[in-house]
Amino acid sequence: MIPAPFEYHQPSSVAEALQMLTRLPEAKLLAGGHSLLPMMKLRLVSPTHVVDLGRIEALRFIRQEGQTIVVGALATHWMVESSDVVRRTVPMLGETAARIGDVQVRNAGTIGGSLAHADPAADYPAAILALDAQMVAQNSRGRRTIPAGEFFTGLFSTALAADEILVEVRVPVPSGRSGSAYMKFAHPASGFAVVGVAALITVDGQGRCAGARVGVTGVGPVAYRPARVENSLKGAALDEKTVEAAAEPAAEGVNVNEDLFASAEYRAHLARVFTKRAVLAAAQRAK
Amino acid sequence: MAHAIAVTVNGTTHRHEVEARLLLVYYLREVLALTGTHIGCDTTSCGACTIIMNGQAVKSCTLLAVQADGAQILTVEGLAQNGTLHPIQEGFWEEHGLQCGFCTPGMMLAAVQLLARNPNPTDEEIRHGLDGNLCRCTGYQHIVNSVKYAARKLAEQRLPAIPTPHAAEAKTR
Ligand SMILES: Cc1cc2nc3c(=O)[nH]c(=O)nc-3n(C[C@H](O)[C@H](O)[C@H](O)COP(=O)(O)OP(=O)(O)OC[C@H]3O[C@@H](n4cnc5c(N)ncnc54)[C@H](O)[C@@H]3O)c2cc1C
Ligand code: FES
Ligand code: FES
Repeated sequence: MIPAPFEYHQPSSVAEALQMLTRLPEAKLLAGGHSLLPMMKLRLVSPTHVVDLGRIEALRFIRQEGQTIVVGALATHWMVESSDVVRRTVPMLGETAARIGDVQVRNAGTIGGSLAHADPAADYPAAILALDAQMVAQNSRGRRTIPAGEFFTGLFSTALAADEILVEVRVPVPSGRSGSAYMKFAHPASGFAVVGVAALITVDGQGRCAGARVGVTGVGPVAYRPARVENSLKGAALDEKTVEAAAEPAAEGVNVNEDLFASAEYRAHLARVFTKRAVLAAAQRAK
Repeated sequence: MAHAIAVTVNGTTHRHEVEARLLLVYYLREVLALTGTHIGCDTTSCGACTIIMNGQAVKSCTLLAVQADGAQILTVEGLAQNGTLHPIQEGFWEEHGLQCGFCTPGMMLAAVQLLARNPNPTDEEIRHGLDGNLCRCTGYQHIVNSVKYAARKLAEQRLPAIPTPHAAEAKTR
């Protein structure tokens, strides 16, 4: 399978890439290419211009700035998975990266590409929501910050404008006594998330839940935070029975995905089970 | 429009003008005539097209040749050094790691990546590390044994898993 012909552009800086986007508004950005190239090979998309961000080394980094972990858009899944900084401060982000696809996919795919692509079965969106990260977008006029809760707007859609590049992801280091976990039910063939749940749980002096943030992917057209689950966890004991009851509305109000592998009913069931497991694992780690 | 690229494959630098849409696997197979890199699925699933690029295993059916401009690439043809098989090749030979051999080049390069990152993997770590490679013949157990053989051999001989001069993985952290 061979993509349709296109003009290829290779900027070496963000500024140069942004100029190209202004000049060629129909251009498609290329990062790791592990979502875009398969679609181009199938000719599901046939862009006339491709702007390859791959040479912009300034976007390929992971660093700590005070209480924030900053991940450059071009950081590969492998970089996130293997980063010592990530393991020390926001281990769930690395745990999530390690569950994406296979080794070769993780060597090539990038966090920016995954988030901008907003596949409903992608893993990162769940973690990004539970960690309450901020996405930094840049266009030729400057930068703006988009909170995780406003970033994913629909099936394969984000708040990024056509002239913007996602340049970095800013992840706050959780404060207080907290633990986090990402639990995934992977599709046996594709490896994508049938259901993936990320949980960040803070506990108080009595071991009760002081705060909960939960991100759910794979279940609906877009990753989301199940508000009723989070609310009923707050102040609750973190034993299995209580958490199971709290996880009950994990897919409530969601237009649940359905495919040959998993019916909507089964998926909603998995959402509850994996929410329970992720919350319990996170709570365990907070102790 | 053609793009000038320079790619170092198994230690030799090649310069060509290529179309932007040319996939790296076709560049290797059809332009350089290095047909050891196989095409199984052409959809990023099977790993038969796996190569090591700048120290990292990648699926060459899902990369453009222009993305490899300036890169150091190791293909199966570069594993043996001066007529001596690489320990992973020896392992596949000794432990019967192949039957038809179609998956073998990609399998060996994924294994070499695994051993570069984890010189002494458990069975489970080997299976996890070869997650991106499918074999329709062996049932995998002999492949796992082959990788363990290579791990022992590399340790004995104090050799790097990815043979120099093919650029070990750059420190990214
Ligand atoms: C076999 C296989 C298995 C996979 N399994 C999983 C899995 O289990 N879980 C999972 O989450 N993902 C999975 N993926 C997808 C993988 O994680 C991709 O790497 C990721 O979705 C896209 O990242 P990329 O860097 O490859 O982006 P690309 O494919 O280069 O780009 C994807 C899209 O994002 C846009 N884009 C890229 N970078 C930016 C940027 N900085 N700013 C704005 N727009 C940008 C592009 O224009 C394009 O529309 C799998 C992929 C394959 C091929
Ligand atoms: S041919 Fe590339 S993964 Fe199958
Ligand atoms: S040996 Fe035949 S596919 Fe692996």
